[in-house]
Amino acid sequence: MESQAPPLRVICPGRVYRCDSDLTHSPMFHQVEGLLIDEHSSFADLKGLIEDFLRVFFERELAVRFRPSYFPFTEPSAEVDIQCVNCGGSGCRVCSQTGWIEVMGCGMVHPRVFEFSGIDTEKYSGFAFGMGVERLAMLRYGVNDLRLFFDNDLRFLEQF
Amino acid sequence: MKISEQWLREWVSPALSTEELAHQITMAGLEVDAIDPVAPAFSGVVVAEILSVEPHPDADKLRVCAVSTGQETVQIVCGAPNVRVGLKAPLARVGAELPGDFTIKPARLRGMESMGMLCAEQELGLSAASAGLMELSADAPVGTDLRKYLCLDDNVIDISITPNRADCLGISGIAREVGLLNNLPVKAPDFPRIVESTAQAFAIDVNASEACPRYVGRIIKGIDISRPSPLWLQEKLRRCGIRTIDAVVDVTNYVLLELGQPMHAFDLDKLQGGIVVRMAEQGESMELLDGQTQALRSDTLLIADHKGPLAMAGIMGGRQSAVSAQTVDLFLESAFFAPHLLAGKARSYGLHTESSHRFERGVDFQLQIAAMERATQLLLEIVGGAAGPLQEVVSQADLPVRPDVMLRAARIEKVLGFDLPAGSVERILRGLGLGVTATADGWQCAVPSWRFDISIEVDLLEELARVYGYNNLPVKQIRADLQMRPQPETALSIRHLRRHLGARGYREAITYSFVDPELQQLFDPELAPVALKNPISAEMAVMRTSLLPGLVSAVLHNVNRQQPRVRLFESGLRFIPGDAALRQVPTLAMVCTGQRFSESWSTPAAQLDYFDLKGDLESLLALTRVPAAYGFEAASHPALHPGQTARITRKGQDVGLLGALHPSVGARLGLSAPLFVCEIDLDAVLEAAQTKFSELSKFPEIRRDLAVVVDKSVTARHLMEQVRSVAGTYLTDLTLFDVYTGKGIDPKRKSLALGLTFRDQSRTLADEVVNLAMGQVIDLLEKNYNAELRS
Ligand SMILES: [Zn+2]
Repeated sequence: MESQAPPLRVICPGRVYRCDSDLTHSPMFHQVEGLLIDEHSSFADLKGLIEDFLRVFFERELAVRFRPSYFPFTEPSAEVDIQCVNCGGSGCRVCSQTGWIEVMGCGMVHPRVFEFSGIDTEKYSGFAFGMGVERLAMLRYGVNDLRLFFDNDLRFLEQF
Repeated sequence: MKISEQWLREWVSPALSTEELAHQITMAGLEVDAIDPVAPAFSGVVVAEILSVEPHPDADKLRVCAVSTGQETVQIVCGAPNVRVGLKAPLARVGAELPGDFTIKPARLRGMESMGMLCAEQELGLSAASAGLMELSADAPVGTDLRKYLCLDDNVIDISITPNRADCLGISGIAREVGLLNNLPVKAPDFPRIVESTAQAFAIDVNASEACPRYVGRIIKGIDISRPSPLWLQEKLRRCGIRTIDAVVDVTNYVLLELGQPMHAFDLDKLQGGIVVRMAEQGESMELLDGQTQALRSDTLLIADHKGPLAMAGIMGGRQSAVSAQTVDLFLESAFFAPHLLAGKARSYGLHTESSHRFERGVDFQLQIAAMERATQLLLEIVGGAAGPLQEVVSQADLPVRPDVMLRAARIEKVLGFDLPAGSVERILRGLGLGVTATADGWQCAVPSWRFDISIEVDLLEELARVYGYNNLPVKQIRADLQMRPQPETALSIRHLRRHLGARGYREAITYSFVDPELQQLFDPELAPVALKNPISAEMAVMRTSLLPGLVSAVLHNVNRQQPRVRLFESGLRFIPGDAALRQVPTLAMVCTGQRFSESWSTPAAQLDYFDLKGDLESLLALTRVPAAYGFEAASHPALHPGQTARITRKGQDVGLLGALHPSVGARLGLSAPLFVCEIDLDAVLEAAQTKFSELSKFPEIRRDLAVVVDKSVTARHLMEQVRSVAGTYLTDLTLFDVYTGKGIDPKRKSLALGLTFRDQSRTLADEVVNLAMGQVIDLLEKNYNAELRS
């Protein structure tokens, strides 16, 4: 963002780390972050892109909802829930009986981020999103233990 | 934050079910984590009074009681230790349904009739265990349904409040949101201005007005602290997750939950001289309410008296000045502390309290007097006493400034992607408590004192989107000017390599970037790896300088699970510490062990060897179309087999390592079969050559084979390079098709069989031309390699 002028479209996968380890937390996981900056990019475009992505990724028509949330680098910010892929929304253990599963966070790039990068906030707007690769893979394939991704057991790897 | 649904509904009660209400506030950004009923379902339980207690004629532990239900008196046999005349307790009448599918029927206990059951809390599902009957207050109205009396048809709604919404850390704030979302007025509790009944005041000096812009205090004299909080108040606290202590602490907690204002009560008798709000001095310390003694730092705001520290401001009170069972006179505090100066302070002392949680995020700076009046009113009602004058020390200059924020209608379209009608904009903003004035291109908005998160235009856009509903906002597809990006053929992608290795039977592994320091040391004893400051375990304590420790561990995992054949690869970063900066080197590594092929009738079982891995690697290098750029030079490595280790070079530069794991290392790790490993800089295998067409010859080729015996120390690679250099321009292909040692050959020597292919683009090659070339090759081999020709 600092070295290139908009329009910008960036997708960036990578390893991220945290000090946590259990069924749904591993000390390392992968995150994909995306950023789009253009003259006419709005929250409506963000919604369209995310909904499309989730339906294409899960290869089905699933309900997607956007919930207001808070992240320091975006405003407005949203957490994105999908209809539970396990129970179809009727409520089960996977979705803690809510019928919804949180899959990613996103929002409109905060003006202060633009200011730091010397981008004119009057002219440009943009959005950013981020999602956990393993989390999405777990939902896509029904994997129930995050740690399996890092055990490298051939019986696991050979399933993909 | 846990709140009681009924408490919220006292303020505003939309015609929504609990689930609908929870969904509504979740979608407005107040995420509901859980909804728990206050009590499980039961019916037929009433408030009853025990009129008489007689011993049971046939059982020592049972009593026969006459119990009033309000309408009649029934006989109940009861074994609870606290059963006594005058006690009011819940009675499950005949026909009552209790939790656990339990229906009360008329019963005879040791011959005595019992027309119902007096209940303990546990039997009603109100607590996990209880020692005796649930004791209801003396003024409980006999005959009233217990659910109604205790307001048990209530739910605890657990809401996770994001850090920007401190204004919702109280019932009042959540009610404001619910009111706006449902277009309903919000009914705040009525409390009068307190008229002082004693003139006694206590000196207040604020010497740190930047950190404490407003301090409100009041004396309340002559309270009766033996009077407990009323049941309704205790129940509200309990449902919001706060334990009852005594009426004074309960009231301060009540105001905290209701209005979001943390308060503190001091025992006036234990205060010396007056209140001083000041920064701590180096070397000061105090004992906190939790019993710990904290050494204070000078960046910490204190509430002190003329003698010493009383409380860590906005974090926790001190033990010495705390309210106790002997307290008669109170000094109450209701203050505003600057969030940016309090941020992180509690944490730096290892503390986190309801109070610090709110002050760090921002408490409404106009709330202090109202909170004081509310707390005083409740205290006077519950514990009595005489209220002193309301004392306020305020530094207007230090209070937060809330500049007006301009909102342009055009920005709504640009950022949210649709036009929100002006009427809706104004309704939403006013509903949030903003002052709204229309301007030429939008609105000028005055921000209320409870909102610490509205200072720029986009903050208002967020509010509009949130209240209007994210899911009511339109959905569009992105549009862009699309320019084609270069896709150089000379740049291989990692995806290309993955597919190739996958096709050769390698599975892609992902191992942790942090590894066991011991294993790391084994593979890279020269390098001191970057150590993690806060590793999750000792086995994940250093950043890898090689992918091999992780891959070898993955092999072990599989070998320990009876896998006869393991082939893995990984691509990722190595972290190489350097003098200047940490280098993060993209790397590809491959490992294999076990059987060469999976078990089959068509191929004999065989262990794979060094050349299997080398072949796999070479097939990968061939993707670059310049395999000749790579070389393998004998090398040594502490973890690898001395005779089977090679440096991989590219254009003369070291780019990787290939070899067999040293048997002693293998044994130490618990591997019985040989393990072959290779690691190469990713960049060195991603740069390919551009294909340049060369003419296909119409003329036949001539092939000559040659077997020579040379010393074992001669590498085939080196020898073939020499052959290529003297064989002339017609040589199109040179292969090594056999290597033989053993019977018939000097044990210090080996036989190499070479296949040479010759061809000319413009004519059929004459035998003489090829013979000449072969002669030069043989000369060279005899001269330079002391080679013997085998026939
Ligand atoms: Zn589900």
